[in-house]
Parts: sequence; structure tokens; C-alpha cells
Amino acid sequence: MAENILSLNNIRKSFGTLDVLKDISISVDQGEVVSIIGSSGSGKSTLLRCATFLETIDSGEILYLGQKAAETKNGKAEYARDLKQFRSCFGLVFQNFNLFPHYSVMKNLMDAPVSVMKRSPAEVREEAVRLLKKMGLESKANAYPCQLSGGQQQRVAIARALVMNPKILFFDEPTSALDPELTGEVLKVIKELAEEKMTMVIVTHEMAFARAVSDRVIFMDGGVIVEQGHPEMVLGNPSEERTRQFLRNYQRG
Amino acid sequence: MTFQTMIIQLATCFLTTLSIFSLTLLGAVPLGLAVYFGQKSRIPPIRWLIKIYISIMRGTPLMLQMMVVFYGPNLLLGISVPKNWRFLAVIIAFIINYAAYFAEIYRSGIESIPVGQYEAAEVLGYSKGKTFFKIILPQMVKRVIPPMTNEVITLVKDTSLASVIGTVEMFTKAKQIAVAPRSPGMVTFAMAGLFYYVFNYLVAFLMNRLEKAFDYYKI
Ligand SMILES: Nc1ncnc2c1ncn2[C@@H]1O[C@H](COP(=O)(O)OP(=O)(O)OP(=O)(O)O)[C@@H](O)[C@H]1O
Ligand SMILES: [Mg+2]
Repeated sequence: MAENILSLNNIRKSFGTLDVLKDISISVDQGEVVSIIGSSGSGKSTLLRCATFLETIDSGEILYLGQKAAETKNGKAEYARDLKQFRSCFGLVFQNFNLFPHYSVMKNLMDAPVSVMKRSPAEVREEAVRLLKKMGLESKANAYPCQLSGGQQQRVAIARALVMNPKILFFDEPTSALDPELTGEVLKVIKELAEEKMTMVIVTHEMAFARAVSDRVIFMDGGVIVEQGHPEMVLGNPSEERTRQFLRNYQRG
Repeated sequence: MTFQTMIIQLATCFLTTLSIFSLTLLGAVPLGLAVYFGQKSRIPPIRWLIKIYISIMRGTPLMLQMMVVFYGPNLLLGISVPKNWRFLAVIIAFIINYAAYFAEIYRSGIESIPVGQYEAAEVLGYSKGKTFFKIILPQMVKRVIPPMTNEVITLVKDTSLASVIGTVEMFTKAKQIAVAPRSPGMVTFAMAGLFYYVFNYLVAFLMNRLEKAFDYYKI
């Protein structure tokens, strides 16, 4: 049995009176690629932000590698005292990259491993060079983010997440901020990672991509998981009416 | 008085102007950052105090603040002040006044940095302190250079306000020379103006160079 990397159990999250996540449970095993689809406002980003501690959950459990990062006691979520070790389990790739503009590409990759994780600069540099090569960006090591196209910036952001050696990588609509002709280069990189059995959770609007790359597709609507399963099933022959409607609207729009 | 003597006297007192200017910057640039942190303090009374302080500094004339700092300790509190108090009072008043303005500039510079920068740093494991000093502060510096240039140029001209408590910087000296018998008269003021103008020209030039030094990246 594959090792469990992430378990989100009964996650609830509301902003004021708006219940955004209503009892969501997701489990992701080593090597699995899970895509999350759903209409705007259904809570996909909020879910990733809760999993990466950018938002605090109201109740539920978050486990990485079987260790509790958050649990609920007396109806209230409590986080582990030291979240640092949990943060080193995951990486997050943002819709709008969020590279550090004042650092060169190489420094963007190297700074966190060296200054946060205290790894040796020589070893990190070697790893960074390897990753940049993999991203097709070896010539851009000394460039600054503003000198790169959106697609290149996103690939740097992916490399920056990977150099931390995460056990799982989250993507929040990694190609939504890109011009259509640039999405391909980013999706190709993610596809390669999937082939290498990188564990990933990808929020995306690219249905063909989700179908091709995922082991499992989750359809979310109104803060709940409506349907999940093999991509051919969820995207090709959904059993829920809400899923069918979403996909119909999607093809039309 | 010859033209030459007048220039020499003005130049000598320009050194005082220069010290007010540089000591103010030296004190107010870091103090402004401390004031900014105070504004963001988790302790409400600190936030209130800082808010009141900033609003007083911005809402009353610097000239008046200088008089309060100079006369206040003795007249209000009965403290006997040191001999060089006149100059110290000027520096203190300038520093606390400019720190309030700088803090506001820093604040708007920091608040204009997208929240995604904090989030990216947080996910990568940066501590709060590291996030501020490695990610936020350098980007803030780039953003505040243009408004800081304005403030620094204003500071050059504001040094003349020290005249109100009798500090003999260049402007005070110019006034003294101009009314003295057989002085070059109005020419003195023209020359003082030239000193300010040239100095500001230099300040603007240096600030421009600093701005250019940050051109290697865009935000
Ligand atoms: N910080 C916040 N404060 C208040 N409301 C929020 C906050 N963040 C998100 N929301 C609300 O929560 C709901 C879900 O937002 P979320 O961003 O998770 O949706 P999404 O599924 O990612 O949508 P999209 O496809 O547009 O990215 C939305 O109604 C949004 O307005
Ligand atoms: Mg979203």
C-alpha cells in the first residue's frame, strides 16, 4: 500500500457567515496526481490555502505523512506548535507565480533552502542548476523575474518549489494567468513531474490536461466534494447531475 | 563687508546647515522604521501613542515643535539643560518630525507590496523576521525612493527653520549679514539661495542615482 502523504479530514472553513468548505475530506497517497475542478467560488483555492496553512481551518484534521498538523479539540481547530517541519513537506505554486522580484532566478531557487533550511549552498546550487535545466531555463539563471515571460516565471516558480524537496506539490490554477500560447510549456513540465510520480494536487480549469495527467479528479461545488474518481469517469461519464451541468457549461463557455 | 567675506561666512554656517541635514537623516531614517513597527504593534496602547504622535507631528508646524523641544524642558519641567542644548533641540525636533513622515512613507511602501510575496515566503518556511528583512524591506526601499527624494529636498530647505530658536545655520547668518551696516545686502540672500539650490541639485542627483541603482529589477 502506498504511503499516505496528505489527509484532510472533515475540513470546515467559513469567512464570516459564508461557509466556504463544508466538511471536506481528501486523502492523497504517494505518487498520486489529483486534480480539483469546480466553478468559480466553489472553494478550491481556499482548500489549497487551508492545506498549506495560509488559512486556518475552523475544524477538521490535517495530516502530513500520518502526523497531525491540525486537529479539532472541543470543536475548535488546534495547530501543532511547530508547523515548520510540516511546511517542509509541501510546496505551493501560485496562479500568479509570486517570485521574489528583487532576486535573480538562481537566488529565488537558492535562498529558502540555504537561509531557511540551512543546506549547503554548493549542494543547493547543483540541484537548482539541474532543475533549471529540466525546466528548459538553464540560460536564465542570472535573469530577474521581470525579464521572463509568464510561462518562464511559472516554470521558475515550480523549480523554486521543487528545490525544497517537497513530498507533495500543490498547484492553484498554474496556467490561468498565462497567455494561451504559454500554457503548453507549463503543462508539459507538470506532466513530466506526473510521469516521475511526483505527488501533486492541481486545481485547474484545463479539462483536457486534468484528464491526461490525473489519477483522480475531484469535482467541488458549493464547498463540498460532489464527485470524485478516475478522470475518464468524472470527466467522461459523470454520475452526478451537478458535474454534468458544470462540464456542459464549461464546454459551452 | 566684502563679497568674499560674506561668502566665507555663509559657507562656514552652511556647515551647520549640513550637520542638521545629515544628523536628521541619520536619526530619522531608522527611527521612521521603528515608528512604523510601533504602528503595527500588537499592543494597542503603543499603536494609539504612535498614532497620536504622528498626527501631532503632521498637524503642527515644525517651527513650533522646535520651540517646545528647546524651551519645554526648562520652562515646563524646570530641567537645567546642557550648554549645547540649542543645537541638540534642533536635531531632536527635526528627527522626531521627519521620522513621523518617513514612517508614513515606509507604511505606504510596505502596504503596496502584494500579499503574494508574504504568502510565497511563508510557504517556503521563512520566519516573520526573515520575510521582512529579506523579502519585504528591499522591495520597500525601491518603492520609497521617489517620495523620500521629495522629503529630503524639503529637509534641505526646512533646515532654515532652525533660525527660530537662534541656531546660526546659513539662513540665520544670511539675515544677520544682510542687515549689517555696509553689507552686500540683498545679494547675501541671493547667494544663500544659490547655496540651497546647488545643494538640492546635488541631493536630487544622488537620489536619482540611487533610484537607478534599483533599476535592475521591476516590481
Ligand atoms: N479571505 C477571504 N475573505 C472572505 N471571503 C473569501 C476569502 N477568500 C475567499 N473568500 C470567498 O470564498 C469563496 C471561495 O473562494 P475560493 O477562492 O476558494 O474559490 P475558487 O474555487 O478558488 O474560485 P476560482 O475558480 O474563482 O479561483 C468565494 O466566495 C470567495 O469570495
Ligand atoms: Mg481559486
